[in-house]
Amino acid sequence: MSPAIHPDTNSPRILVFSTINISDPGIDLAGSRHLEYPATVQTMPVPCSSGLKPAWLIHALEKGFDGVFVASDGEECAYLPDCAERTSRIIAEAQAIMAARGISPERLKMAAVCSVCAEPFANYMREFSEKLKQVRAASSVA
Amino acid sequence: MSENEATPVGKVAPEDRRIGVYICHCGGNISDYVDVEAVREALADEPGVVVSTTELFACSDGTQHDMIDAIKEKQLDGLVVASCSPKLHQVTFRNVAARAGMNPYTYSQVNVREQGSWAHQHDKAGATEKVIGLVRSSVAKTRLSDALEPLRFDTVPRALVVGAGIAGLRAAIGLAEIGLEAVVVEKAPEVGGWVGRHGETFPSNAAGRDQIASLNEQIKQRRDITVYTNAELTGKSGTFGNYSAEITLHRDGGDKTLTVDVGSIIVATGFDSYAPDDGEFGYGIEGVVTLPQFKELVDASEAGKLIYNGRPVRSVGYVYCVGSRQEAGGNEYCSKFCCTAAIHASVLVNKLDPSVRQFHLYRDVRAYGRNELLYNETRDAGSVFLKFADDAPPTVAKLPSGGLGLTITDLLTDSREVTIPVDLVVLVTGMVPRQNKSLVDLLKLPLGTDGFFNEIHPKLRPVETVVDGVMIAGCCQSPRTAGESVAAGLAAVAQSAALLKKGYAELEPLVARIDPEKCTGSGDCLTACPYDSITSIEWDGRQIASVDPATCKGCGGCIPVCGADAIDLLGYTDAQMRAAIEEMFEASVPVKEPVA
Repeated sequence: MSPAIHPDTNSPRILVFSTINISDPGIDLAGSRHLEYPATVQTMPVPCSSGLKPAWLIHALEKGFDGVFVASDGEECAYLPDCAERTSRIIAEAQAIMAARGISPERLKMAAVCSVCAEPFANYMREFSEKLKQVRAASSVA
Repeated sequence: MSENEATPVGKVAPEDRRIGVYICHCGGNISDYVDVEAVREALADEPGVVVSTTELFACSDGTQHDMIDAIKEKQLDGLVVASCSPKLHQVTFRNVAARAGMNPYTYSQVNVREQGSWAHQHDKAGATEKVIGLVRSSVAKTRLSDALEPLRFDTVPRALVVGAGIAGLRAAIGLAEIGLEAVVVEKAPEVGGWVGRHGETFPSNAAGRDQIASLNEQIKQRRDITVYTNAELTGKSGTFGNYSAEITLHRDGGDKTLTVDVGSIIVATGFDSYAPDDGEFGYGIEGVVTLPQFKELVDASEAGKLIYNGRPVRSVGYVYCVGSRQEAGGNEYCSKFCCTAAIHASVLVNKLDPSVRQFHLYRDVRAYGRNELLYNETRDAGSVFLKFADDAPPTVAKLPSGGLGLTITDLLTDSREVTIPVDLVVLVTGMVPRQNKSLVDLLKLPLGTDGFFNEIHPKLRPVETVVDGVMIAGCCQSPRTAGESVAAGLAAVAQSAALLKKGYAELEPLVARIDPEKCTGSGDCLTACPYDSITSIEWDGRQIASVDPATCKGCGGCIPVCGADAIDLLGYTDAQMRAAIEEMFEASVPVKEPVA
């Protein structure tokens, strides 16, 4: 049993876009193994990370999410052999728009989450959550 | 959708939809960690929600019947079940919708167990708030959902097998036994592949060529299997269930082409053996051979006479992992069969002449499962195993005395460097992907970074590719033993039967759709689709893009490349995604539960 996590009302809100065939099973496995990560992480399934519009990622941030995390298929994508490059381009494009609108590019992150990447996923969420707290602190000081 | 935009005729406005929301306790798996009553209350007054209720087990037979009754009675046109992972019950509830006469694509499942209660067992308030957001988000998508119809079409009860090695031949017999005709295409003049050239093989000790002869005999007895040798698949059109395959027969008088209609295609094109570079572990020196060359030598030898180039062989040294587990940029994978194949060859050598001394220089012995027994057998018979470090492979050189010398730093004897004089060195070579670019291009086969063909999922969908109706089996997929190749071939048979035995098939309608009004005809999306599903058509006097729903895989890869924002993926439209994001965030329902 992991120790009780006290709900943190200030915990950053994170929206995860995950891929149905590859990342979702990995995120499911994190839950099945009770690897806890902040409950302020919410997941939205999509067929492939290469199908995400940069505008959606920015929409989420502008609507109030502190961070957006794209769990991509990486090399495992069954649809597109160049999926990792495509998703990277989408992220880069979104970050360019974010920079122009004064949104910290650190609020958008991408990593490959495979179908058994339970532990890496839970770690990514804990780390990203901590990172976003720093980003928030830095921006409130600025 | 802006407020002044008219609702299309016949389409219900989002807020007037009649959606049923079912929140599952999962017997406590969910409700112990999520306040399901709070979720129900939070959803009850959402626009378009007609039913919001909790169930002890949503998947139970009784609840499914209750849902069907409610859908009919309350004339629901959308269904959301918040329960386990869609991997488990998406099909279950889509069927519930269909049985109630509701369009199954207006159903959506929210994963609140694996991605909800189970991940946040010590934060009930947080988990509850999260789940409310997830369900609201799904309801938002459902409000904007379209009634979609799967593409239904008749299928041909025949499958094409590419490659007549042991996997392909056994698959052909399996297809015939299950009631599907099989057409086998083999590039070589003979069937049988690698196995057909072998004498005794593991684990049964039956000769490879006898096993192939037996399969071939069974095939000749059957009228529902046709085998073409000296033949290649050179064209493919149509879609799964109704492929039209063009086969080119290479005959003395020139090429001949024929066309066969098939419902599925099983690719079993096998592997190539790793060819060492000149000088790699002494390759090129007389007496240094690869594993297949050695197997051929052993198979051809008579008892008591292991002869190489006219000279008797008194000692053999094996160098394992040649061409496998290389550094980044090389073949990083383990070929998996070669440890056992080398060990088995050494057992055969021992049977031919027990006085031959054998030395095995290895990194790790991966003779797994029952193959461990062969490993024990060869050690009991006197084979010596010496382990080298990953970064200190042995070297092979010609000795001044005339024989070959294997020099190794043996990790098991105090890391001492020893030189073993031997008559013959066997490089235990692994498998490499067979170069087959024309077939890859023709079938749009996905290649992994290692160059072997990629399945959809190594465990859950191990022989299917993203190309519907095209399956992969055997060593074209990854290195493996003959037994494992046959198992994959038979899995592809079962999968073909599942696709073709009904006589019709359905394709998911969750495909890309182009708005002709918005499309500017830039052509950017045409090159973004590796499946050639998008073509340019004339519409209203100009060129625009058009998607073929039968070949579209529904990945959405074309969507972000459209500068005009003219492409939507059905089920994940721009309006749905935006609404889902907004509703997910807006879950500001105060939940004041004590922390469990």
